[in-house]
Amino acid sequence: MAAAAQDGGNLANVHHILLVLSGKGGVGKSTIATQIALALRLAGKKVGILDVDLCGPSIPRMLNAMNKEVHQCDGGWVPVYVDQEKTISLMSIGFLLEKPDDAVVWRGPKKNAMINQFVNDVAWGELDFLIVDTPPGTSDEHISTVNALQPYNPMGAVLVTTPQAVAVGDVRRELTFCKKVGLPVVGIVENMSGFVCPTCSECTNIFSKGGGEELARHSGVPFLGCVPLDPQLTLSMEYGKDFLREFPQSPAYPALTSIARFILDKASESS
Amino acid sequence: MADVPEDAPQHCPGTTSIEAGKGSACQGCPNQALCVSTPPGPVLAIEEINEKMSLVKHKILVISGKGGVGKSTFSALLAHNLADEGKQVALLDVDVCGPSIPKMMGLEGEQVHQSGSGWSPVYLEDNLAVMSVGFLLCSPDDAVIWRGPKKNGMIQQFLRDVDWGEVDYLIVDTPPGTSDEHLTVVQYLSASCIDGAVIITTPQEVSLQDVRKEINFCRKVKLQIIGVVENMSGFKCPNCKTESHIFPPTTGGAEQMCSDFGIPLLGKIPLDPAIGKSCDYGKSYLAEVQDSPGVLSYRNITQRIKEYCNTNH
Ligand SMILES: Nc1ncnc2c1ncn2[C@@H]1O[C@H](COP(=O)(O)OP(=O)(O)OP(=O)(O)O)[C@@H](O)[C@H]1O
Ligand SMILES: Nc1ncnc2c1ncn2[C@@H]1O[C@H](COP(=O)(O)OP(=O)(O)OP(=O)(O)O)[C@@H](O)[C@H]1O
Ligand code: SF4
Ligand SMILES: [Mg+2]
Ligand SMILES: [Mg+2]
Ligand SMILES: [Zn+2]
Repeated sequence: MAAAAQDGGNLANVHHILLVLSGKGGVGKSTIATQIALALRLAGKKVGILDVDLCGPSIPRMLNAMNKEVHQCDGGWVPVYVDQEKTISLMSIGFLLEKPDDAVVWRGPKKNAMINQFVNDVAWGELDFLIVDTPPGTSDEHISTVNALQPYNPMGAVLVTTPQAVAVGDVRRELTFCKKVGLPVVGIVENMSGFVCPTCSECTNIFSKGGGEELARHSGVPFLGCVPLDPQLTLSMEYGKDFLREFPQSPAYPALTSIARFILDKASESS
Repeated sequence: MADVPEDAPQHCPGTTSIEAGKGSACQGCPNQALCVSTPPGPVLAIEEINEKMSLVKHKILVISGKGGVGKSTFSALLAHNLADEGKQVALLDVDVCGPSIPKMMGLEGEQVHQSGSGWSPVYLEDNLAVMSVGFLLCSPDDAVIWRGPKKNGMIQQFLRDVDWGEVDYLIVDTPPGTSDEHLTVVQYLSASCIDGAVIITTPQEVSLQDVRKEINFCRKVKLQIIGVVENMSGFKCPNCKTESHIFPPTTGGAEQMCSDFGIPLLGKIPLDPAIGKSCDYGKSYLAEVQDSPGVLSYRNITQRIKEYCNTNH
């Protein structure tokens, strides 16, 4: 349980905070963040998602919560509930824009202020897990988020990469970032590794293979597994469908659920 | 939304203004330290930058709201393609936190040198010069953990101090989004006239929804759009030749978006494992695999960009 619980802030009853990071763009941070949240829900947990990608928020679409609004209450912002049972709640800049295509053209200081508000002013209530989805890089959003979350002792970061060297190189730098800011690394996920042709079952490594696993070994960080390319997963993210419920036979299913299991085990160790 | 943080005082001059951090309203503002470290406003460096840029005929930005769609790959191949045709080309990587260009150009581990007239870029060929923050890092593990103002300072230095000489095309590779790096490049280069931006996207809506924001950004800052490239559109199985839409165009892809906005679609590039491999080995895909659909498409798009530059500037 977070040490800052006594100070009574909005994160006081959030048990575990997990960040999803990558130095590289488009490797599937938002997809993995969403699937971790859905898998934890499947395991009966109460989950919140904080989307701090201010220029390109993806989570509202991925959870089919596009046109919802956030409201103010005494404790701050009420997050958007994705389902009737309120098992997943969500906060994103996407809910604050007048038009969905509005560009958020902000320099660092304004981003910093917004992220502080996101971290401190959302009335999450009681959560087992808060998953934080981030933009690519090691800049304003990341420094601000890590600083703001520090008092709540985050469980750590899941780093996402794709197998090619170009992506792995950026994730190496992200590891350095985690070390420098004192954020534990929960593990590395290799996403988009291999595509199995639906017609002939031939597997093509479109984005190469093995780079994430090698990086994990090289840096002594747990490897959380390879998630293959599956067009059903892309499609589920396009329409905000619950992939794990609808496609349990997908080759990506065991990979995604095993990431969630690792996180659950890790969480029960620490509490 | 204006560029005024929620916690700024009422008369905040705006974090993008020349007064940022120095105005009378800034006294006591929690952001002052961040704002004041912004490099001197455009007026101070702009004349030197204009002078450097007067030797550059055409300036092209490669942008996208979405990460990982192939901006750096495209920038690298556009540079190769133009250089192969004998043009004098400069490739500038302003992705300060995630520079990919050194690796993709096979120049990892290279260093830049100071000379009397500024920083000398790294030359891949006599007519292909490259500059990236990656050349300034000591080891591949070094992370550049910088907030906006420091990134802006670095970009300003790149624009002012790199000694490119006479150049036909300057290609600028950018990080994803609509943030400091983009504002800074546009702010500093617009006085010397940017030909326009090439926008890269992939076919699915998760990507297009970010790219629409980027188009609105271009309109806001009055940056011309040369056109849109749809990358990773479709994959042909090398074994049975069946085409799979791994990133399916669920809302009509780049084609629909371009017609909605009235902007040109420059072409589509398929998913091809050889592209990723060439990037990892720092080789030009155009030279590795002759006449594949991807190569033909890249060539075609280069021609269209050249035509655009020649008729508009
Ligand atoms: N394993 C996979 N199989 C198929 N499609 C995937 C897979 N992982 C991610 N995708 C798709 O790839 C695209 C990029 O993923 P996503 O948006 O999650 O990346 P990101 O790292 O969050 O990007 P950004 O850096 O822009 O925030 C999305 O359309 C997503 O649905
Ligand atoms: N058409 C393609 N087929 C196969 N692989 C590709 C294709 N286009 C790009 N890639 C690969 O996809 C990865 C992402 O491309 P790239 O790094 O150019 O994207 P980017 O938009 O610059 O990413 P970032 O947002 O992180 O800067 C690279 O490894 C690249 O080699
Ligand atoms: S320091 Fe000045 S410019 Fe920066 S946010 Fe505060 S009032 Fe605005
Ligand atoms: Mg994302
Ligand atoms: Mg790039
Ligand atoms: Zn096949």
